[in-house]
Amino acid sequence: MADPAQNVPFRGGGFRPEARRGAGLVVFVVLLLLIEWGTRAGWISNLTLPRPSDVATTLMELANSGALWSHMGPSLTRLVVGSAMGVSAGIGIGVLIGLFSLVRAGLIPLVAAIFPIPKIALLPLFVIWFGIDEGSKYALIALGTFTPTVVATYGAVDNVDRTLIRMGQSFGLSWLSIVRKIVLPGALPGILSGLRVSLAIGIILLVAAEMLGAEYGIGAYILQAGSLYDLERLFAGVVILSALGVLTSWMIGQVERRFLVWRS
Amino acid sequence: MELTIENLSHRYGDMTVLQDISLRVPAGQILCLVGPSGCGKSTLLRMVGGLEYPELGRVLQHGAPPSDCLNPLTFVFQDFALLPWRSVAGNISLVLEDHGIRGSKAKAIIDDVLARTKLSDFRDALPRQLSGGMKQRVAIARALAVNPAVMLLDEPLSALDAQTRELLMEDLVGLWQRQSFTAIYVTHNLAEAVRLGHKVAVLSRRPGQIREVIDITTPLTDRAAGDPELEALQAHLWSLMREEALAADQELVDG
Repeated sequence: MADPAQNVPFRGGGFRPEARRGAGLVVFVVLLLLIEWGTRAGWISNLTLPRPSDVATTLMELANSGALWSHMGPSLTRLVVGSAMGVSAGIGIGVLIGLFSLVRAGLIPLVAAIFPIPKIALLPLFVIWFGIDEGSKYALIALGTFTPTVVATYGAVDNVDRTLIRMGQSFGLSWLSIVRKIVLPGALPGILSGLRVSLAIGIILLVAAEMLGAEYGIGAYILQAGSLYDLERLFAGVVILSALGVLTSWMIGQVERRFLVWRS
Repeated sequence: MELTIENLSHRYGDMTVLQDISLRVPAGQILCLVGPSGCGKSTLLRMVGGLEYPELGRVLQHGAPPSDCLNPLTFVFQDFALLPWRSVAGNISLVLEDHGIRGSKAKAIIDDVLARTKLSDFRDALPRQLSGGMKQRVAIARALAVNPAVMLLDEPLSALDAQTRELLMEDLVGLWQRQSFTAIYVTHNLAEAVRLGHKVAVLSRRPGQIREVIDITTPLTDRAAGDPELEALQAHLWSLMREEALAADQELVDG
């Protein structure tokens, strides 16, 4: 007699990321609880890590005393002004590089030369050029966000589907219409994902800029706490920076949801 | 509008892709251009449409296009070339905006071409929501919106499945029947060529030369799949192309 029938063994599935709501939060909470437990039980010395609950208390005090806002205000202004300058210049130059061969040939080597320079190293120079006040801080953040934005933008313009551009030409659309209605919307997804990187770099440079000659600001606050080895305050500052990073990323996500509904 | 191609030749580097092509496309007729892959038929079409320069020879248009014609030579592309961020209506309005046609005047044109391509219910859909056949209907509607004197169709049905192709062929015949347009229809599908062409020009492969131009006198509406006369014609076209199609198939892509 033939062998009894069996189900065909299943071999498919997997390799497909799925949304798992809350998993990120669980990792976060578990990690914090572990540290809390360790510091209380004593197997983490409080010289290495502060208690999460103490950091939370410090943050609360900071908020209640109003000191949080006197640090956040100047920091946010610097981040917004500096990255607005850097990002708008970056998108502008990036689009020009994407559209004109001469600009491309002239500027890509320059951008490649500026990109790897640690902008922090230029801070003393910026202080001389733009003054010790806000000017040098804006310039540092602007330059730091400029280069990644340029690279992302011209890459995005290069990746716009050429058949769409040919289509525009075949219907007799003007050059300006092609740029405005085909090239720019087509490059928007790439520009926005470049912006995520640029703004994160902006936050890093914000702190660097505030470590020199700033009385108020998250960077100044962290530097102060660090030199006093006040771990609770240092970590409170770091938490604020992380929150800032999450916030900018969320904001770009909102813009994407608003303008890129046409993507599947 | 009538088109003529006169002694057109073109080379890419050392390779002659098109050699001494002369063709006449009479007004109100569909000329099908068939040939094995790599014979330069799409290149030829781009030259007719002014998207590429021929090295030698020229393409002439005879007579002025009608006054209500916004874009005399209008393409329909194989991959549809729809803007994914614009709705169906937005994709059509794209080609009207540059002519200053907006508002109610644009709406009237869009409504008309959507009705002619049976798309009226889909005006606000995005391209990603549409099937391949629907996308190509949108591209045809967009082409009709500018009231072209000549339609240049570059393998318009090649990205579609056989059933959709059959349906769209019927639609094209219907559109031509309503208002006979001049067209060059590039395809490698011989069944499409004998169904839609008043003339079929067979191109040879590398260098692309005209091997034969066949007139088909059966009216478009009387042609159906399985018609013995058309089958015989299709077999004849295949016999002209078979050896070269085989050679094209066995060639390394970068030579």
